[in-house]
Amino acid sequence: MPVISEEKRNRRIVPPPPVLPGGDGGDGGAGDFGGSFPISKGQLGLWILLTAIIMLFAGLSSAYIVLRGLPTWQNIALPSLLWPNTAVLVLSSLTIELSKGAVRKNQLQAMKAWLALSGVLGLIFIAGQLAAWRQLVHAGVYLPSTLQSSFFYVLTGLHGLHLLGGIAGLGFVLFKAMRNRLTVFNHEPLKLCATYWRYPGGRRRRCTN
Amino acid sequence: MHEPHTAEHAHPQLGFWRKYVFSTDHKIIGIQYMITAMAMAVVGGTLSMLMRYQLAWPSLLSPTMAKIMPDAFAGGVMKPEFYVSLVTMHGTIMVFFLFTAVLTGGFGNFLIPLQVGARDMAFPFLNALSYWVFLLSCIVIFSALFVEGGAPLGGWTAYAPLNAIPAAGPGQGTGMTLWITAIALFSVSGLMGGLNYITTILTLRTKGMSMMRLPLTQWSLLVTSILGLLAFPVLLAAGILLLFDRVGGTSFFVPAGIIMNQVPLMDHSGGHPLLWQHLFWFFGHPEVYIVILPAMGMASDILSTFCRKPIFSYRMMVYSMVAIAALSFIVWGHHMFVSGMNPFLGSVFTLTTLLIAVPSAIKTFNWIGTVWGARIRFTVPALFAIAFVSLFVSGGISGIFLGTSAADIQLQDTYFVVAHFHLVMAIAPLFAAFGGVYYWFPKIFGRSMNMTLGKIHFWVSFIGVYSVFFPMHILGIGGQMRRIYDPTQYDFLKPQQPLNEFITVAAFILGAAQLIFLFNFYWSIFLGKRMTERNPWHATTLEWTVPSPPGHGNFGDELPTVHRWPFDYSVPGEKEDFIPQTVPATVVAH
Amino acid sequence: MSGVVLAALLLILIVASLYLFVAKPYWFPVLASVHGGSIDSLFSTVLVVSGIVFIIVQGMLGFFVARYGQSGNERASYWHDNPKAEAILLISTAVILTILVFMGQRVWASIYFVDAPADALVIQVTGEQFSWNFHYPGPDGAFGRTDPKMITSANNIGLDRSDPPAKDDIVTVGEMHVLAGRPVKVRIRSKDVIHSFFLPNLRVKQDAVPGMAIEVWFTPNRPGAYEIACAELCGLAHYRMRGFLTIDDSQENFNKWLQQKAAEQ
Repeated sequence: MPVISEEKRNRRIVPPPPVLPGGDGGDGGAGDFGGSFPISKGQLGLWILLTAIIMLFAGLSSAYIVLRGLPTWQNIALPSLLWPNTAVLVLSSLTIELSKGAVRKNQLQAMKAWLALSGVLGLIFIAGQLAAWRQLVHAGVYLPSTLQSSFFYVLTGLHGLHLLGGIAGLGFVLFKAMRNRLTVFNHEPLKLCATYWRYPGGRRRRCTN
Repeated sequence: MHEPHTAEHAHPQLGFWRKYVFSTDHKIIGIQYMITAMAMAVVGGTLSMLMRYQLAWPSLLSPTMAKIMPDAFAGGVMKPEFYVSLVTMHGTIMVFFLFTAVLTGGFGNFLIPLQVGARDMAFPFLNALSYWVFLLSCIVIFSALFVEGGAPLGGWTAYAPLNAIPAAGPGQGTGMTLWITAIALFSVSGLMGGLNYITTILTLRTKGMSMMRLPLTQWSLLVTSILGLLAFPVLLAAGILLLFDRVGGTSFFVPAGIIMNQVPLMDHSGGHPLLWQHLFWFFGHPEVYIVILPAMGMASDILSTFCRKPIFSYRMMVYSMVAIAALSFIVWGHHMFVSGMNPFLGSVFTLTTLLIAVPSAIKTFNWIGTVWGARIRFTVPALFAIAFVSLFVSGGISGIFLGTSAADIQLQDTYFVVAHFHLVMAIAPLFAAFGGVYYWFPKIFGRSMNMTLGKIHFWVSFIGVYSVFFPMHILGIGGQMRRIYDPTQYDFLKPQQPLNEFITVAAFILGAAQLIFLFNFYWSIFLGKRMTERNPWHATTLEWTVPSPPGHGNFGDELPTVHRWPFDYSVPGEKEDFIPQTVPATVVAH
Repeated sequence: MSGVVLAALLLILIVASLYLFVAKPYWFPVLASVHGGSIDSLFSTVLVVSGIVFIIVQGMLGFFVARYGQSGNERASYWHDNPKAEAILLISTAVILTILVFMGQRVWASIYFVDAPADALVIQVTGEQFSWNFHYPGPDGAFGRTDPKMITSANNIGLDRSDPPAKDDIVTVGEMHVLAGRPVKVRIRSKDVIHSFFLPNLRVKQDAVPGMAIEVWFTPNRPGAYEIACAELCGLAHYRMRGFLTIDDSQENFNKWLQQKAAEQ
């Protein structure tokens, strides 16, 4: 047969290759596949989005770290409102966790209440941040004043946008909850929202130290 | 062949606009990406022809050109600011709007669900949104050519402070702001696409499609999407800061004491120009692999199909792709050896750069190993895939010179660099993409491209690209700087001018050959030979088990089950010389 | 048929590259510095190593496409792994590249990690759109104060002539003289955007970055007239940001030029 003689001819040129399966061989339908992936596509998508946001802030933070080392760096007095604002934000992450806890115990009314409260706290935080900007402006510190003020405005601004996205998502979840679409068995949107919400808490201190 | 009705059942009756324009079907979105990117390539390619014209005959009077573009050719000679804006726009369009878009947006969209066995992307609406944002970014970057002052002239790398200060030149005002806007939109669009690609490949694989049974195209798209996910946000961050430097009066990249045209810029203080370069290249080097990895994956699969032989060392191909991706984040400093960066860092980056050459070399050996002992069918896609290997080797090897920091002192910012990156990250991926178009065209449109025209296109292009880009190494060794409008200004460059003329003539021929491709592509969409069989190339992957073009939902009533890896070509003792992935294992007599 | 043609083209590629890189119809600009010799020989070493790899790989590709075209019903070989061969290739590639890294780093270190000799001639170079300014300290060996506020079209770098060390300073535009055999240390700055100070014949290239003063040193060794270029895109007239470098053959000629320039200040 020509097939065999051809193989022999090749073996004279190369060392005889071991016959190993290159992939997972031909072992039927076994092995992992998409359905066995440990988290849902929604969660994975959200984590991918959060990774991108982490990288965005990592890029900005590394710029901050590099420029802070320059002799031209000047520190500014940060607005006093930052601390209460932070407290509000921490509180809002707490309430959204409480909302998640409530839905797990099938307390749907409590879930809605905590959810609404989280949204309100988020809005208060944004209003507080705007007031903090006002404080800075009154102190005569503008976007271009010093490198630190530039970073402060840019980072808090982007963080505010990030949170507005979160509040929009939260509003969507609340809308679903009001129509009783969230149940103890099916409340993935709330879980995703909580993940998104929880995550930025640690980030925002960068520009303040 | 009788098309099964099942595919049609899943397909609600949609009007023309919903079906072909505002579609959320990954196949339509893939085609939209492909065609838009091709249109951008025509723009980018035309710009390069103008550049080559200028470089070969810098002071030749051309009344014709003056009539066509009176602003750019005032008095019959191209204006220098027009030339540098060509440089900028050519680079930007080709890197982002052609290669990044066509490889991941075009081929990625079309192939991912089909090859992993899914009905569509994980988030079809987001996928459609990704395309529309991409189209918007194309329009914005294109409009930069027509605003007052013209397109930006700071190069696709947009170094600060040249690109941070609107007064630094014509085109640095509105044109540059549009550039940043377009790149920001592109980054967002790329993120939405990447989010889909990763999620789909990881969570929507069909039964039996384990990770180590994915075609290499899928592995490359997965790795590329992860790279994009980590790299593009950093570019976005840098772009935001640059935009604030330009319109907000901040000084992230602008140091104090700049004197532009004898006028001190009083409102800037304290920033650092090298910061831009670090941020840009932290994105920029992974970007190179965002372009080359999908090309590698596609070329590997096409090569194996037409060699009728399994890819050599599938596992090493996968591992080397992952290694390249990981290393690509720690080599960016090799773009900055003479930038004023600490020379100790130069040493570190030399080491990491030559480290990344190892997995690249492994891939090359594996392609050679695939061809060894093959029975090659020299179809048009096969020719492009083989040429890809040759071009990747030619372009990759010059990287060793540039990665060696000491040798780079002389070569940095010369045509040696231009030759290197064109071959390795533009021409090689271009050839893989051409191979991909000829290969998957029957699946995409249900018709075949004309293969005679395809062969003419291949031979002229193959000779053309080597004639254009190989001599550029020599220009660079001779010292010709990048991005200069007129090399004959320098006495030490004048003797090399015949090479410049040769390159330009070759480039015109190469450009003309692409018209054959364009004609063939559009002609074949409507009038090409109808495909009667699903699997014209006798390939093994899932997309070849469905009708051409595949119906809505891709796979009929039931999703396929995968039983084997995608490289079972010429299995001894089998009747056919290929076994599709869906054939159960019991049939194989190992 | 296609396979043979492709193989022939790859053979032409190999022959053409041998011609370009061995017969060298065009090559580096004439060498005129001491450290440039080590850069050139490093380049040659990398060229030999990578050239061999290039010829082997392209040659094998060409041979295989010519040899393994489809014919009749013959089947391709079914093998797809060879861990031993892969390991050998991986290790030998890594070893070759490591050797190249170390050879390259020796040259790099000799250029960047060695301080300029104490007797080096110091010249301050300032790039701007679109010219090079050269600032010599004059006989006192000290540079006068510069102040951006004093910049005028006649005083490009804003030299404060009332500062005592500035009295004998010499500033030229686009014209630089050095002495063969005497080390030169250049301190490179930029007034506006990034430029790159490129001396093609001396194998010197260093970006001029606004806000930074970057020093590099070299020893010119071949008297003659050369060109200075800008290698970093700096705006619309980047292409004509050209300067002139003269390497004087004797101290007398160098001094004569300095005196002549001093008279013009």
